[in-house]
Amino acid sequence: MTGWRTLFYKEVLRFWKVSFQTVAAPVLTAVLYMLIFGHVLQDHVKVYDKISYTAFLVPGLVMMSVLQNSFANSSSSLIQSKIMGSLVFVLLTPLSHWSWFVAYVASSVARGLAVGAGVFAVTALFGRPGIVAPLWIFAFALLGAAMLGALGIIAGLWAEKFDQMAAFQNFVIMPMTFLSGVFYSIHSLPSFWQDVSHLNPFFYMIDGFRYGFFGVSDVSPWLSLAIVGVAFVAVSAVAVHLLRIGYKIRS
Amino acid sequence: MPAISFQSVSKTYPVAHGGALRALDGVSFDIEEGEFFGLLGPNGAGKTTLISVLAGLVRPTAGRVAVRGFDVQSQYVQARRQLGVVPQELVFDPFFNVRETLRLQSGYFGVAHNDDWIDELLASLGLADKADSNMRQLSGGMKRRVLVAQALVHKPPVIVLDEPTAGVDVELRQTLWQFIARLNRQGHTVLLTTHYLEEAEALCSRIAMLKAGQVVALERTSELLRAASSNVLRFKVDGELPPQFAAKARVTGRVVQLPAADAHAIERYLAGVREAGLRVEDVEIRKADLEDVFLDVMSKHGPQAVTA
Repeated sequence: MTGWRTLFYKEVLRFWKVSFQTVAAPVLTAVLYMLIFGHVLQDHVKVYDKISYTAFLVPGLVMMSVLQNSFANSSSSLIQSKIMGSLVFVLLTPLSHWSWFVAYVASSVARGLAVGAGVFAVTALFGRPGIVAPLWIFAFALLGAAMLGALGIIAGLWAEKFDQMAAFQNFVIMPMTFLSGVFYSIHSLPSFWQDVSHLNPFFYMIDGFRYGFFGVSDVSPWLSLAIVGVAFVAVSAVAVHLLRIGYKIRS
Repeated sequence: MPAISFQSVSKTYPVAHGGALRALDGVSFDIEEGEFFGLLGPNGAGKTTLISVLAGLVRPTAGRVAVRGFDVQSQYVQARRQLGVVPQELVFDPFFNVRETLRLQSGYFGVAHNDDWIDELLASLGLADKADSNMRQLSGGMKRRVLVAQALVHKPPVIVLDEPTAGVDVELRQTLWQFIARLNRQGHTVLLTTHYLEEAEALCSRIAMLKAGQVVALERTSELLRAASSNVLRFKVDGELPPQFAAKARVTGRVVQLPAADAHAIERYLAGVREAGLRVEDVEIRKADLEDVFLDVMSKHGPQAVTA
């Protein structure tokens, strides 16, 4: 294994060696959400006809976990190795900025999908959603994880302290995932907040992902795919540019 | 073609309140293939900045650096393949053991199936029994050995060591220098920065001295030693030296060392100390070493001289 594949392998090994924390813990968190929200809201919320609230909740929780963990992978690896100084071992190598980008994004996708598969396996025990269009499920999981992996590169390069990274996670990533329709359909919101939700690319990831399970969604999956695709390209362009100029890593 | 070529390299860092710090100021020199080259200078002289520019960690404000003809900016892929850099800071990745660390580093450089060379490195650096130990479990000296192994894992023709013996014990220094000297005999070019001037004197065939970002001496080691005042008067004293001697002296606790060109100078020093009412013990006269040369060069290039 050589070049970017080595960096990818190293990044996968890094999270896999602490998989209790990086994979098992997020699965447990999702189960807690399922227990609390599923139990409390099961008889009060009906989003789509013929679909129980717990079944509705499963794809939302899966996608939320995919997105948060993909972001956490690239961002935490970069900030840790920057602060500990071990990033120098990669900085000294002939790996190009494209190699960095592909390796960090692909390893983030690997962790996002591993956590997503775990969350699905466990939460589906509570409310089993159907699988109407697996290709849509796969496409949105992959694209969503890749976009958050790229966003994690930007945050990891930008942040100089763990404090700044926590701010990015708590004030950007968390609100965008929670306000994207994980726990509800945006049609249940007042129209102003529906309009706000339409500005959030995370909403399209979750809506398109959910379409793959139920065959129904708030907006067309093609529109969601286009928006998520454009968002991924835009975020990736910024991440590649920052890697190319060595933003905050090569002075 | 030189192994390393620095051409008018300058680096300016912006500092708080709008000023600028000139870490490197028009540094130019070449290091030939197969040389064992020493880069010396006091703290803050710009040694690590110069090595960082060479390694691609820092971009120069002006000038050009090439490794075996490859520009470190525009041809960084080829340039970095030629270079093995041992960083000054004792850094490590806590997730991996020694062998994993070396395999990963090898893979980054595009070298697959490198276990034979990794085993040889581990054996040569006394790390064979630590191959499966996690990096966190190693002592400081062992971590330093792994840093050296990481720098050499892709068999680079040019080896750069930035203060590799800072804070390490005698045994490691011996092991390390034997190994690096062997690689040098095999044709590898070595660039070394160190504060241990006796190491530089023993190992380096040529030396550059930096002060305030400028090259203030660039000579063969033998020439530097020859040009220096030929003798040093060394003695122990039980009080404070007269001021006219104190300015020239190298003082370590009670031990005083003064440059002495001839017998007159020696007599003058000893008479002066006696007149000051001090008691002198353990008098000896020795040949000047690199440390004397270093102090001489640095004192000749005072701050006003190098910033002009």
